[in-house]
Amino acid sequence: MCDSCGCGDPHKVSLDVQERILSVNDRAARHNREHFAAAGVLAVNLMGSPGAGKTAVLEATARQLAGRRRLGAIAGDLETDRDAQRLRAAGVPAAAITTGSACHLDAEMVHAALDRVAWRELDYLFVENVGNLVCPAVYDLGQAVNVVALSLTEGEDKPLKYPVMFRKADLVLLTKLDLLPHLDVQVEAVRDALARVMPDLALTPVSARSGAGVAEWIAWLEARRAGVVRGVAAHGHVHAHPHA
Amino acid sequence: MHEYSLVAALTRKAEEEARAHHATAVTCLRVKLGALAGVEPELLASAFTLCREGLLAGAALEIRNVAAAWACPRCEAAFPTGAVLRCAACGLPARLVSGDELLLEQIEMEVP
Repeated sequence: MCDSCGCGDPHKVSLDVQERILSVNDRAARHNREHFAAAGVLAVNLMGSPGAGKTAVLEATARQLAGRRRLGAIAGDLETDRDAQRLRAAGVPAAAITTGSACHLDAEMVHAALDRVAWRELDYLFVENVGNLVCPAVYDLGQAVNVVALSLTEGEDKPLKYPVMFRKADLVLLTKLDLLPHLDVQVEAVRDALARVMPDLALTPVSARSGAGVAEWIAWLEARRAGVVRGVAAHGHVHAHPHA
Repeated sequence: MHEYSLVAALTRKAEEEARAHHATAVTCLRVKLGALAGVEPELLASAFTLCREGLLAGAALEIRNVAAAWACPRCEAAFPTGAVLRCAACGLPARLVSGDELLLEQIEMEVP
């Protein structure tokens, strides 16, 4: 270090920041959340492994709620818009987000996709996240609730192996329940594993194929939606924002 | 592998601060990382090494790991690792006391 010639040798300073690394995403998520709350839309972030049955759950949900509630969806995948196509075929207006290589959706991707779904007209907006038990849990999208689809075939120890995602879940749907007689998996073992990572344990076994448990899932959704609708009524007005 | 997108957010933030303080170089970023933040420290470190550039080209990344800690919101009893996360005495779901941190704590920089 120079301490003699007065050349202005730089000196080191430490700046205290103490800020969330994802603060930009958090801000975008807050923005989305305000939109959904003001419009009385229940936004559901549906996460789970590839092949856990997320799209099948949404198809079963659409069948149950047809003619009663307005559903819409945003579906994220690395490639193809197959999930969005399946959802549209089930009567759910759906926009696809093709992430290329990104392993998760973030709040800005969801915000950009809102222009392609008439979300203000909806009762429910389902965001079907990229199939992945790790990364999606890290990014707030502005959802009201997190739901994780865990299929019976994945085995009972998945909650213990992927605690980050299950900790963030408001509800876990144990899917493919119709396969139970063919597997060595016990529902109670899944429940026990979940209780060790998810403090306010909520587990609903469902089968999109047989329809078992779907009524309980819908009842859970409707109770959450009632809270959102009460919030809008209490708030008294809806903010105007320049979105579709 | 979301560590690259985290590094992008991290370096953008550090660069903004460095510019605002007329820094000539950033020498170190100090990050606090909870065990339940969903981030692998090694992956974050290697992504940082690959992606640092400009003012951050010579910056080090110091990661302070924080273990997960759960407690009862009423009696404040702590939960051992792997325990059922509901207080046997109070019946209440446990509250995460620490372990979900994903923070940029400090930026060390050279200023003229």
